[in-house]
Amino acid sequence: MSESLVVPTMAEMLAEGKQPEVLFWVGCAGSFDDRAKKITKAFVRILNRTNVSFAVLGTEESCTGDPAKRAGNEFLFQMQAMMNIEVLNAYEAKKIVTACPHCFNTLKNEYPELGGQYDVIHHTEFLKGLIDDGRLTVEGGQFKGKRITFHDPCYLGRANKVYEAPRDLIQKLDVELVEMKRSKANGLCCGAGGAQMFKDAEPGDKEINVERTEDALEVKPDIIAAGCPFCNTMLTDGIKHQEKEASVKVMDIAELIANAQDL
Amino acid sequence: MSYLDNILFAILLIVGFGFFARSVKKIIRNINLGVDVDRKDNSKARWKNMAMIALGQSKMVRRPVAGILHIFVYVGFIIINIELLEIIIDGLFGTHRIFAPYLGVVYDVLIASFEILALLVLVAVIVFWIRRNIVRLKRFINPDLKGFPKSDANYILYFEMVLMTLFLLMNATDLHLQNVPGGFSHFHKAGSFPVSQFIAPIFNGMSNELVMLLCEAFWWLHIVGILIFMNYLYFSKHLHILLAFPNTYFANLNPEGQFDNLESVTKEVKLMMDPNADPFAAAPVDENAAPAKFGASDVQDLNWVQLLNAYTCTECGRCTSSCPANQTGKKLSPRKIMMDTRDRLQEVGNNIDANKGVFVPDNKTLLNDYITAEELWACTSCNACVEECPVNISPLSIIMDMRRYLVMEQSAAPMSLNAMMTNIENNGAPWQYSQQDRLNWKNEN
Ligand code: SF4
Ligand code: SF4
Repeated sequence: MSESLVVPTMAEMLAEGKQPEVLFWVGCAGSFDDRAKKITKAFVRILNRTNVSFAVLGTEESCTGDPAKRAGNEFLFQMQAMMNIEVLNAYEAKKIVTACPHCFNTLKNEYPELGGQYDVIHHTEFLKGLIDDGRLTVEGGQFKGKRITFHDPCYLGRANKVYEAPRDLIQKLDVELVEMKRSKANGLCCGAGGAQMFKDAEPGDKEINVERTEDALEVKPDIIAAGCPFCNTMLTDGIKHQEKEASVKVMDIAELIANAQDL
Repeated sequence: MSYLDNILFAILLIVGFGFFARSVKKIIRNINLGVDVDRKDNSKARWKNMAMIALGQSKMVRRPVAGILHIFVYVGFIIINIELLEIIIDGLFGTHRIFAPYLGVVYDVLIASFEILALLVLVAVIVFWIRRNIVRLKRFINPDLKGFPKSDANYILYFEMVLMTLFLLMNATDLHLQNVPGGFSHFHKAGSFPVSQFIAPIFNGMSNELVMLLCEAFWWLHIVGILIFMNYLYFSKHLHILLAFPNTYFANLNPEGQFDNLESVTKEVKLMMDPNADPFAAAPVDENAAPAKFGASDVQDLNWVQLLNAYTCTECGRCTSSCPANQTGKKLSPRKIMMDTRDRLQEVGNNIDANKGVFVPDNKTLLNDYITAEELWACTSCNACVEECPVNISPLSIIMDMRRYLVMEQSAAPMSLNAMMTNIENNGAPWQYSQQDRLNWKNEN
């Protein structure tokens, strides 16, 4: 934790006449939400440690438009998309990595038709790639032997069929990976998707995040792993609701890896 | 020899198929009320989907009990239709078991397998009935499945029970008469009857004439039953036995998370963002263009695949039982979205029929009169319903199109969402933070 983070921006890179290997799309949560900022930093620590040449857009980044689109505001979404595409194309971005499945899905699937063609990958896939290439080695460290369960984010799993990369990473930590009764394609939403994050739930018997947290607690984990800043918030709230903050932690996979390596 | 039977039979067939053709035409017309969407690309992947999902039932077996029983009924249905071919020929030409002499042993095998399947169908249908009416699985007693849809499911089961029983009784009487010493009428030895041989003894002691009368009665009831059943499809969720095939063929092939980018919006946004565009120029006039309406408030605003989805829905409730909103007691039920869409489409269709081919506005819409905004706003767009549907229906796409209408045509989003959207517009983030602070995390501890 001692060394400070090296976070070049695309503008700085361009000034030096360089093109990074990958553009890190931080996302709104990753930039502004206090909990999600920790995920962002954990991921950057790994990038720094493994000498990946990356850059962020910084103040030139803007919302992908995902929450507007899911809420039904196609106008606002496309305005955001076209502005972002203009910026990305100006920097000739090719490969984009992001720790937010909502940004991931939108950039990957909905931007191409509007003129933004990029190779977009989720940070769990990216980290898996670093391990496969031998650029990153992972050992259990403080997590050795812990029980960890993984909550599939809808926009990563069902929406884009990324199920294995996050699980492979968790398994690298010498931990016991336990599956909830609803997982992978049958996973249950955390309750944040479709712009629900930004409004109160409709009346019902229960909040969705509480239901999902119960799924997780059923397998008695030490840690609930997530791969989405919104899932992270929802599950953390669920744990608080069940008054289990003392015994169960919610952590992003990037944090697990960064902490295991004492980064 | 009298041809009365054959003529009566022919009339029956013509009437039965005639009505059926009329229903099919109506369904096609109603589906075409929808907006066009291109689903002709990638025919290879489409055929594969159809083969795996509709023909191969691959998504059914995700719930193994229902899946396997359903396969019995499905295979039974297909195979017994082959038998129907013989019945029709016999009926039209006054022959009896016309294929028997040509097929020999193969015929025995065929009849035997029909019988075993008929028995399996009977067993499956009885278990289905028990699950619905005695075990009362949650998704079958949900409040969105009341009235006709609930009875409809049971009618279908009774129909199948009766049809299979008639089929076996028909064979049993036939077998009984085949075994009359010295032969009786046209009942020659043909076929092998592993199931109905156990039923045949109940006719012992009856006169041959009576058994023959029964045999004919069973035969007629069976074929009439089938014709009625076929025409019942139009009113029933059982329509899925036909529409599952085109529905899986035309289903969305894109990743589930990819929502369509409205083209009409793209044009306007491009114009807005183009620095060279003259802001005062009148929009180019396209004589044929209907006034653009964003999103959907009624069935005519949906695309034809969504309408085909509505007719295909089997009302099985798998979507609803996996929906996080529904499971936590919210009003949203993706099954209800599909049923409402079909009911409204049917209503619009009847309106057109009653008004000589044109739709006369009836002051009703799918939105509000069938589906409420509360249901629509409860969706997390998680795609659980889409993943779960055994015939690849997307209730989510309808929900999204209706949300678009609420937001873009009516500005009727919940307040908190309006605040979120204003933030995006002003700050480029759903929260009220300045875009200039985007990189602050870098230097924070
Ligand atoms: S996408 Fe919406 S309707 Fe479908 S299961 Fe998820 S929350 Fe329910
Ligand atoms: S939409 Fe699909 S899963 Fe839902 S009730 Fe209809 S057929 Fe079943």
